[in-house]
Amino acid sequence: MLNIKGLEENGYHILALEGEVDASNSVILDEAIQGLISEGSLAILIDGRELAYISSAGLGVFMSYLEDFQEKNIAFKIYGLTEKVYEVFKILGLHQLIEIFPDKQTAFSS
Amino acid sequence: MEHRITIYCQTTALAQLRDFLRNTLTMPFLTENDKLQLILAVEEVCANLIIHSHDCNAKDHINLEVKEYPGKLIFEIKDQGKAFNLLDYEIPDLIKVKGEKRKGGLGIILVKKIMDEIEFESAKGTNTCRLIKWFQS
Repeated sequence: MLNIKGLEENGYHILALEGEVDASNSVILDEAIQGLISEGSLAILIDGRELAYISSAGLGVFMSYLEDFQEKNIAFKIYGLTEKVYEVFKILGLHQLIEIFPDKQTAFSS
Repeated sequence: MEHRITIYCQTTALAQLRDFLRNTLTMPFLTENDKLQLILAVEEVCANLIIHSHDCNAKDHINLEVKEYPGKLIFEIKDQGKAFNLLDYEIPDLIKVKGEKRKGGLGIILVKKIMDEIEFESAKGTNTCRLIKWFQS
């Protein structure tokens, strides 16, 4: 089960993820990010505080947009991942490709 | 102790698979990180089978058995679809995956990095993938 709430704060479009991302629902995350890019967003922040689990289907969604973010000068950051979920990013080495912050304030100010 | 589940080949069954594994992986030597990573590796293999070997055909099924031995856990995944041998797939380069804007390919990296041994055999129409994790007990 995955819920995504969209909001705006401090010039960022925030997508708050709640629940689990897997191959059955990663398309929802994909559409949410694609939607923000299409609207011309220049700053996207993923709120990962309530993200309990993410499989390669969800991680692949982030990966597939990293080039677009660079090409379009879109700032893309993630914050608030639990230690368990952050470990999964580390196993893949994604923490070296994506800016990940412990909390929202640090993400805003970096 | 042995634990078994049969799931049908649709991606919505993955949540059911995770519930089963959460209820099974209660061994005291497992940390919360261990549990999540084992669940993830098993799910990655099953998701690959569901999508690539069975084309999400809900009439097909996959059997998973979790076997506990001193110092190791074995996850035995059996199916009757197109053989998908993880050992034949090289770990893709992450920078290449990024450059190609690909969504796939990360699951295999996770399985190979999380598990200590992977075995695959195919006989009489049944494929068996064995994921083995060693622990100091």
